[in-house]
Amino acid sequence: MSALLEVEGVETFYGKIQALRGVDLTVERGEIVALIGSNGAGKSTLMMTICGNPPARTGRIRFDGIDITRMRTHDIMRLSISQAPEGRRIFPRMTVLENLQVGAASIGYQHFDEDRDRMFALFPILARRQSQRGGTLSGGEQQMLAIARALMSRPRLLMLDEPSLGLAPLIVRQIFEALGALNKEGLTIFLVEQNAYHALKLAHRAYVMVNGRIAMSGAGRELLAREDVRSAYLHAGR
Amino acid sequence: MSVHQPAEDTQPEGAQIEEEARGAAFRHGPDGGLLNLGEAVRDAAVAAAIAFILAGPFIGLYTAIAGGRLTMTSRPWGIAILVGVVFVGRLAINLLWRPVGPTIRERIGALFAARPSGALAGRGVAILSAVAIAAAVLLPFTPFGTREILDQGIKILIFTMIGWGLNVVVGLAGLLDLGYIAFFAFGAYSFALLNAYFDLGFWTCLPLAGLISAFAGILLGFPVLRLRGDYLAVVTLAFGEIIHLVLQNWDEFTGGPQGLRGIPAPTLFGIPFARGEGGFADRFGLEYTPVQRIIFLYYVILLLALITSAVTMRLRKLPIGQAWEAMREDEIACRSLGINTTMTKLTAFGIGAMFAGFAGAFFATRQGFISPESFISQDSFMFVAFVVLGGLGSQVGVVLAVAFITIITDLQQLQLYRMLIVGLSMVLIMVWRPRGLITTRRPTVRLPLPRPSTSPARA
Repeated sequence: MSALLEVEGVETFYGKIQALRGVDLTVERGEIVALIGSNGAGKSTLMMTICGNPPARTGRIRFDGIDITRMRTHDIMRLSISQAPEGRRIFPRMTVLENLQVGAASIGYQHFDEDRDRMFALFPILARRQSQRGGTLSGGEQQMLAIARALMSRPRLLMLDEPSLGLAPLIVRQIFEALGALNKEGLTIFLVEQNAYHALKLAHRAYVMVNGRIAMSGAGRELLAREDVRSAYLHAGR
Repeated sequence: MSVHQPAEDTQPEGAQIEEEARGAAFRHGPDGGLLNLGEAVRDAAVAAAIAFILAGPFIGLYTAIAGGRLTMTSRPWGIAILVGVVFVGRLAINLLWRPVGPTIRERIGALFAARPSGALAGRGVAILSAVAIAAAVLLPFTPFGTREILDQGIKILIFTMIGWGLNVVVGLAGLLDLGYIAFFAFGAYSFALLNAYFDLGFWTCLPLAGLISAFAGILLGFPVLRLRGDYLAVVTLAFGEIIHLVLQNWDEFTGGPQGLRGIPAPTLFGIPFARGEGGFADRFGLEYTPVQRIIFLYYVILLLALITSAVTMRLRKLPIGQAWEAMREDEIACRSLGINTTMTKLTAFGIGAMFAGFAGAFFATRQGFISPESFISQDSFMFVAFVVLGGLGSQVGVVLAVAFITIITDLQQLQLYRMLIVGLSMVLIMVWRPRGLITTRRPTVRLPLPRPSTSPARA
């Protein structure tokens, strides 16, 4: 059986500017894989390319054996991939509950009650905020909502773009604990992070991206122990 | 002692005791003691003000017949005495009695604060709409059901229906459409031309006009799929102009600037509203008056408008409506959740245009004559103003805005100044209520949960 997500020799351009220069990456079932790198390394571009926006110019991306390289974003997302996008992008004028409802739109509402309760158990603060408008939530609550909304479509692969961005350390730890718990239940997670410390501690495997290429890869804790990784990506602390 | 505020600790011992004694005698404590003087006076003033508002018109004004005419006279002393009695009485109660309940201001405050904000506003809006619908249904049978007022009502209802239709596109889906008049024109011309060429009646053409307009809406949707905001507005504006110019210049087909005349009025299951044998009055043994036709038209447009509203409110709760609103909020997030934004946009354009088509067909049958002059871009701007002033996505807000603008625009007494007043009031509304008259947005899902904080939620 092939890996859940396979990225082979992917090159992506913004106009004439090349953002990805032949990226190879795999995510096996049940893994947490982190992708770290500095600003502008191409981490978010890779995630967006997997989602088909912008599509890869060359190379191939397969999910569960299906070639998704040229598929449209919403069709890719219907293949039980889910994404909590960078900057959270919750729906600010809709309530927390409505945000969750839209999250379930692609699979229909037959499991809605059950899944909603699961999300409220995972992030109890959302239950208290359920009839509040999304825009009134704090940053951490919004990130939790973005993750919960992504999970409402019962994905097999959850992709997160910088879930720790701009959040207090305590909240970051809470979110990463939740991700660990979800993974123990069998969810595969692909994580893009600048916050290398938490990401490497959580991940089974990790890739380091530099200038649109994968520069290093290995077990998360192994990379965390390497001096060059520490000096390049941990100097900013967490 | 521990209950003292830190500020009071700096006072000498004697003052503290005094303060305590005063507190026991006058403070409106948690168990409901007496009020202190300032609070008592303020409470009495509020009571007096309420008395003035309630009783003012009844006691302060009276009508008398003077010289064969009815005149209105005021009775300032009567109202002064009444307000004075209320003030003194309330003050006495506050100072001498032990008030069992909260003060008047607290009661008024409780009316608004008892429920989570929005819940009361939502209920208020629901009651308001029920009353408004009942009033609209009964209007022709009240003394106000004159020809002029019914005509005005029909006009307001046409605009309301357009406003509600545009609300789907602008309010829910967030697509700024400045060429909405084009779909209104599509509906009107569809009916007029189908009637002219194939001799079809209103009720046959109504659904066809809706379909043709919806089709036009989807057709416009394709080229603008990738546009948003300003760019979308410019293209839709151009679309409205194009339609106007086509209607104006395609003489052989649309009649050009002369327009189309002789558009028939709707019938009641085949019974025309005409004088003489076989007409409505004749069949039902009534005396013929032209108002019967107006009343019928009024009910037709009322029904169409209510259907528009009901369908829109229902759609909002379905996945398609949720997708519209989600797309208004964030298109990229929508796509990341597997929502097909192409389909979502096209359905919004299509359904919005369909309602405009229905309204257009009705407009044609009511006027009996249409020409390109009825479908100019300026009206498009007015339609957008209805939605924006009313509050994006709010059904009741649109009605208020339509009624307000239509009535002011038509007030003959204001003559030259009426457009000035319309413009000025728009500016003022936008300054004071930048998000429209009614901004509460009723959530489409709500859980019947009194306190969800303790345990995981259950449906």
